[in-house]
Amino acid sequence: MTAWLRSVISIYRKDWHSELRTRYAISALLMFVVTTISIILFSLGSEEAPPDVLSGMLWVVVFFGAMSGLSRTFVTEEERGTSMTLQLLTSPGAIYFGKLLFNLVLVFGLNAVTISLYAIVINGFVIRTMSIFLVAVVLGSVGFAAAATIIAAIIARASTKGTLYPVLSFPILLPLLLTVINATRLASEGAFFSEAVGEFQLLISYIVVVVTASTMVFEYVWKD
Amino acid sequence: MTDTVLLTASDLSKVFNRRMIFRGISFTVSARETLLITGRNGSGKSTIVKMLAGLLTPTVGTVTLALGGRAEGERHAMNFGLVSPYLQMYDEFSAEENIRFAFSIRGLKPDEDRIAGLLALVGLGARKQDPVRTYSSGMKQRVKYAFALAHRPPVLMLDEPMANLDSDGTTMVQGVMADQQTRGILVVATNDLGDVERYDKQVNLNDVPRS
Repeated sequence: MTAWLRSVISIYRKDWHSELRTRYAISALLMFVVTTISIILFSLGSEEAPPDVLSGMLWVVVFFGAMSGLSRTFVTEEERGTSMTLQLLTSPGAIYFGKLLFNLVLVFGLNAVTISLYAIVINGFVIRTMSIFLVAVVLGSVGFAAAATIIAAIIARASTKGTLYPVLSFPILLPLLLTVINATRLASEGAFFSEAVGEFQLLISYIVVVVTASTMVFEYVWKD
Repeated sequence: MTDTVLLTASDLSKVFNRRMIFRGISFTVSARETLLITGRNGSGKSTIVKMLAGLLTPTVGTVTLALGGRAEGERHAMNFGLVSPYLQMYDEFSAEENIRFAFSIRGLKPDEDRIAGLLALVGLGARKQDPVRTYSSGMKQRVKYAFALAHRPPVLMLDEPMANLDSDGTTMVQGVMADQQTRGILVVATNDLGDVERYDKQVNLNDVPRS
């Protein structure tokens, strides 16, 4: 294992150990997901909404859930004053990919919980083409984590980070949200896999652009 | 490797919010030399230390570190050990875990014997598994020393080295400084001028131009 890779994995493991002890992000994510799904459930009552509305609402829960927890990875470093310690230990690239890995696992966990709860309690949410849905969730999660990580790094030093995070994230995440909502709608309508290929190409392009741009700008965002 | 370490600052200037903190600072420090950075509060001692460690970019000027005659690029910061009031440890973790991170995040395999030796050196062996948030300010300062020394840095920088330490801690730091003087570069930023003659070079920030 190279020193760089060991450094990336160490940052990821440090963040997980820290999260398991403090439970900042996990608690915020779970509380938000449970609260939002409950509100949707009460609003719908016994009515069955059409698939495109239910697909959109699923990703609304994911978006705001992610906004409540994914910024913690950089915000806690700033709040505790450990950003400088981390800067002294390794390269900006290793820090970015370590934090991205942490957010990826967090988003996959968030989506697993959200989708399971949503499928159990929301009346009429049925996935007819599971392959489209799974690919959309995987690519959507990677895109979410990639965008959320760089935005978290940008807002970590701002005094109004709580409000700035969703405000800055929304326009950046909009292309991803629209595409993933469309793919989920296709999955719930029982479309063929080939019909969703265009959506997947868009999602892959989004991920490549965001990760490439993040790698290029992170050093300037992270350092003074 | 530490025989040929060379730290060079050329024409350093820093402007914060349109205010010139200092300008035109140049010096060279080589292996087994010590540099004292002194000056009144707000004169920019910590700013220079951060620049040397690669934590802050100078407005004008450059800092270069050469090891074995070769300039260090991306790994510049990893050749430094830094103890300073603004460098914080992860307080939900123990001293032992913090030192282990100091190895692994640098991409090094944690050396358990070295970790035990460092904890003994800084006098935290008995409390090594307690979270850092339960430590006193002096104990936290001791953890910073173990953290900074873990990778045997060619350049050790101490910003206010004796802050919060008791007499045992002060003795420990004097030992660390003496050891560093035999094998690398030691940079100290302080207002405590009790032992000025021990330093080979000095930068007095009270004397530098600010306009």
